[in-house]
Amino acid sequence: MNASACRDLIFRLSDDELIIAHRHSEWTGLGPLLEEDIAFSSIAQDKLGHAQALYTILHEHFGEADPDTLAFMRAEPYMKCCHFVELPNGEYDFSLMRHFLFDAAEYVRWTALTQSSFEPLAKLAMKIRGELKYHLYHAQTWVKQLGAQGSEESHARMQTALREAWPYALGMFEASDHDAALVSDGVFIGEEQAHNDWLAFVRNTMDQATLILPEDAEPVYGGRKGYHTDHLQPLLTEMTEVYRIDPSAEW
Amino acid sequence: MTTDRVYEVLQSVCDPEIPTISVVDMGIVTAVEVVHDDHVRVAMTPTFVGCPAIDVMRNDVLNAIQQLGVSTVEVNVNFDVPWSTNRLTEAGRAALLKHGLAPPEHYESLALELEVLNNVACPYCGSRNTALKSPFGPTLCRSLHYCNACLQAFEGFKPI
Repeated sequence: MNASACRDLIFRLSDDELIIAHRHSEWTGLGPLLEEDIAFSSIAQDKLGHAQALYTILHEHFGEADPDTLAFMRAEPYMKCCHFVELPNGEYDFSLMRHFLFDAAEYVRWTALTQSSFEPLAKLAMKIRGELKYHLYHAQTWVKQLGAQGSEESHARMQTALREAWPYALGMFEASDHDAALVSDGVFIGEEQAHNDWLAFVRNTMDQATLILPEDAEPVYGGRKGYHTDHLQPLLTEMTEVYRIDPSAEW
Repeated sequence: MTTDRVYEVLQSVCDPEIPTISVVDMGIVTAVEVVHDDHVRVAMTPTFVGCPAIDVMRNDVLNAIQQLGVSTVEVNVNFDVPWSTNRLTEAGRAALLKHGLAPPEHYESLALELEVLNNVACPYCGSRNTALKSPFGPTLCRSLHYCNACLQAFEGFKPI
C-alpha cells in the first residue's frame, strides 16, 4: 500500500469532518426550531467524533501527532479540507443544502470505504456509515419538503441555495495526485468515481424535490492542496482559541 | 478468574447516560479474555464514534475488574466489532423501557428511508399510533417521538 497516498486521503476526510462539525455547531442555540437546533448540534458531535477517529488512525498508523494536536495546532496551509465546508452557514436554506450535498458525498465515500483494503479505515467505515444514514435522512427530508411540498418562497430559496452551493459542492471531488495509487491499492474508489456516484444520488433527490441542477458551473478547487478561502483562518482562530492558551492542559 | 466472573461484575457497570442498563446488556463489551488469574483483557466499542461517555465507561470497567483483585487489566476501545442496536440483550431492552425509552426494533438491514422510526411502540401505553418528531434527541443515540394515543412525547433508542 502507498502510505503517503493513504495518509493524504485520511487528512482530506478528517479535515472535512472537523470543519463541517464546527460550522454545524454554530447553529447550537440559534436553530429555527428546537428540534433543528438539536439536529445540527448532534450531527456536529458525530462529525467531530469521526474526525477524532480518523486523526487517531493517522496517529497510530502513520506516526502523526496526537489527535488534539492534529486538529488544533496545524497552520492553515496544512489543512486539506475543501472550500465547501469552510463557507459560513449563511441562512438556514444554505446550511440545509450544504448539509445534504456534503452528506450525500460522505455516504458515497464511506460506503466505498467499507470495502477498503486498509483495514482500520474499513472497520471505521462500517460504523460511520450507520451514523451517516441519520444525517442524510435529516438533510434529504428537508430538501424534499422545502423543495416540493413547501411554499413558493421555500422552493425559490432552496433553488438559490443549490445554485450558490453547486460550484463548491463539485469542488469536494478535486482530483488528487494520489488517486491512481489509492484505486490500484484498493484503498478507495477515487474522486472521479465518487463524484459520479454522488451525482446520481443527488440528481435523484433533486428530482423529487423539484429542484434543477445547475448546468454550467465551474468547480472551486484548491482546498485539497492547502489553498483556502478567507473564511477558514477566522474559523481556525476561533476553534483553537482555548486550546492554544495551554496545549498541555488536561481536560 | 473466569470470563463468567468478569461478565458478572461488568453487569454492575452502567451507562452514565442511561443508568438502568449495564455495559454488557448494552452490547458494548465485545470481548473478555482471561490471560491468567491476574491478567484480564477487555475489548469495548462505543455506541457512536463520538460517544462522550466511552471514557467514563472504560474507566468504570477497569475499576470494576481491579476490584476483583486482578492487578493487570487492559481495556481496549476499538471498532473490531462495530456496535449496533442488534447487540442489545433482552435484559437491555427491558432496561431501556424501564428508563422510559422505546427500545430499538431488530432489523436485518437499515434502509436510508429509516421507515423503522415511524410507528415505534410508545413506552408508556404500548400504542403504535406514534409519529417520529426528530431523528435527533438529547443524546446521540436517541430520537424524539409523539404518541397519538396517550398524547405524550417520548424518546426512542434509535436503531443503528
